[in-house]
Amino acid sequence: MNKTVLDLWVGLFVIAGIAALLFLALKVGSMSAVNTSNSYEVVARFDNIGGLKPRAPVKSAGVVVGRVGDIRFDNETYEAAVTLRLDKRYAFPKDTSAAIMTSGLLGEQYIGLEAGGDSQILKDKDRISLTQSAVVLETLIGQFIYGKAQEGAPQ
Amino acid sequence: MLRQSIENLGNRTIQGVWRIGFATRFFLATLLHSGTAFRRFGLTIREMYFSGVLSLIIILVSGLFVGMVLGLQGYETLQTYGSEEALGILVALSLVRELGPVVAALLFASRAGSAITAEIGLMKATEQLSAMEMMAVDPIARVVAPRFWAGVISMPFLAALFSAMGIFGGYLVGVQLIGVDEGAFWSQMQSAVDFEQDILNGVIKSVVFGIAITAIALFEGYDAPPTAEGVSGATTRTVVTSSLAVLALDFVLTAFMFRGIS
Amino acid sequence: MQHDNLVEIEDVAFGYGARPVLKGINLTARRGQVIAIMGSSGCGKTTLLRLIGGQLKPGQGTVRVAGESLGELDQARLYRLRRKMGMLFQFGALFTDISVFDNVAFQLREHTDLPEDAIRDLVLMKLHAVGLRGAAHLMPAELSGGMARRVALARAIALDPMLVMYDEPFAGLDPISLGVTGNLIRRLTDTLGLTSLVVTHDVQESLKIVDYVYFVSEGVIVAKGTATEIRNSDLPYVHQFVHGEADGPVPFHYPAPSYADDLRLGGQGA
Repeated sequence: MNKTVLDLWVGLFVIAGIAALLFLALKVGSMSAVNTSNSYEVVARFDNIGGLKPRAPVKSAGVVVGRVGDIRFDNETYEAAVTLRLDKRYAFPKDTSAAIMTSGLLGEQYIGLEAGGDSQILKDKDRISLTQSAVVLETLIGQFIYGKAQEGAPQ
Repeated sequence: MLRQSIENLGNRTIQGVWRIGFATRFFLATLLHSGTAFRRFGLTIREMYFSGVLSLIIILVSGLFVGMVLGLQGYETLQTYGSEEALGILVALSLVRELGPVVAALLFASRAGSAITAEIGLMKATEQLSAMEMMAVDPIARVVAPRFWAGVISMPFLAALFSAMGIFGGYLVGVQLIGVDEGAFWSQMQSAVDFEQDILNGVIKSVVFGIAITAIALFEGYDAPPTAEGVSGATTRTVVTSSLAVLALDFVLTAFMFRGIS
Repeated sequence: MQHDNLVEIEDVAFGYGARPVLKGINLTARRGQVIAIMGSSGCGKTTLLRLIGGQLKPGQGTVRVAGESLGELDQARLYRLRRKMGMLFQFGALFTDISVFDNVAFQLREHTDLPEDAIRDLVLMKLHAVGLRGAAHLMPAELSGGMARRVALARAIALDPMLVMYDEPFAGLDPISLGVTGNLIRRLTDTLGLTSLVVTHDVQESLKIVDYVYFVSEGVIVAKGTATEIRNSDLPYVHQFVHGEADGPVPFHYPAPSYADDLRLGGQGA
């Protein structure tokens, strides 16, 4: 086997392999644009996070602006403390509210941010004070049954 | 009679344990003597041709077909729940997380792994390795280590090519043949496949598989009895052992990697 | 330091696991000699070569080559010593994936920094010495058995070693190749000033070219002497070997119970 031909084939093989990897990384997957260098962190506290998982998207107006970082349990206030990593490009006012929403009917949960009107903006390590917990299915059903029972009761 | 079988079993177990010890020493020796494989990278490149490039055809064709089947079967199932648009997600995640690394590894084991075992076994049987030793050239540095690194380097590329071809196959069947919306196919895929979680983990898996398969193939060849039956038995053992190793490692790695999601 | 005895083997014993192969060998080889080690198959001749080459370590005793005791060498020194030894394996053991030229050039490329021109000249010289300069471009698969062995010989002498070991160089060759090989061994030893150790059981060919013969049987040296002494020896083992007698110290019959008992004669009934 001629050495130059061999080198050529191996070179082509490696190039094809790298191209495949790039294809997978860019076209197939979503390179998280949110890594530590170009993001800032804020904390939001929830009574119930439902099925929210780390790395879930943080969206505003339906567009992904960040990712969920850690989720911790605060043993003193008995709340969930969720760290949100937001892309530095997007600034949010201090009175922005964070709600846990579900994509679709039974889909994955994400955090939706709705901007407030404050002139001051959220900075790194700030806290989002207005939060809305996840809707827990059992509570919903319970409320529905209770509601129905109330309707039917005065006979 | 029973006593004889127990004795045999005991014997075989001891042999097995001894063999594993020997294999581990061999693996460590390969790593230690890898200097030549990198200083004279031409040797490794040559082996990448024989292990990687010559496996391309089977990897690309299999990848294409696996992707196409995923597209077909996936569509059938998703249609029942009205979620045909998730076909892209199904095909991409199955391939990138599991099928790409695992099936590519199994194919690599049968094609390249068995070739390596046969080649080294025959070199041993025809005393070529002995001759090399007598010429003051360490066969582990010159023959074994380059093949090892060539396998480890080739494997992730092959797995990526498999996944890429598979996704293309799924695209062909889903979008072109069946008529799933092209935009939905790609955009849903993009939003569901995460680079670090899925793609990087897939690459890590394929590297680990590459190490396992090549190490097993080299050891079986080096340890093969220098006869015709010896070499053919070693080749079979390579394919069986490395396939089982790949599947077992896949379970372990998947448990590690994807448990963290929740 | 010049040693008159290039190879010295003292009281060497070796066994594979529980099975003893060599039980106490004493052997010396002087520089410039062709020494034959003879014996029937499986008597340990090849093991002896491996001990001299350092591929095996003796259980007891010492093996010394050029004054260095092989059992005490670390890998680096052993490899340095091996560069001064050449070994011709029974079927050549050529590297089948490279050409004849590359096979002979192998050691030159691995161990020296010579430029390709110098290597080319050296390789062609070595091939010329064995008469195969015209076959330089062939692949080992295209060579006959005798030619393959000659190429292996050219490869073994590529670095001008001081000791060359031959493992059954005459086995399976046609009469012409036999003559060529024997001739080559003698000529190379004389012209290059080597020492040659030939392990063989081809009596006729080797007695034509050797200076000294050692006979190995049952793990010990049973006889030794010059070619003429051996030919005229009346030691039963040597006599049986040299004259190819069917029965003698090496029995014709594999150990078995008495013939009469086996055929069940003597009234055992059917």
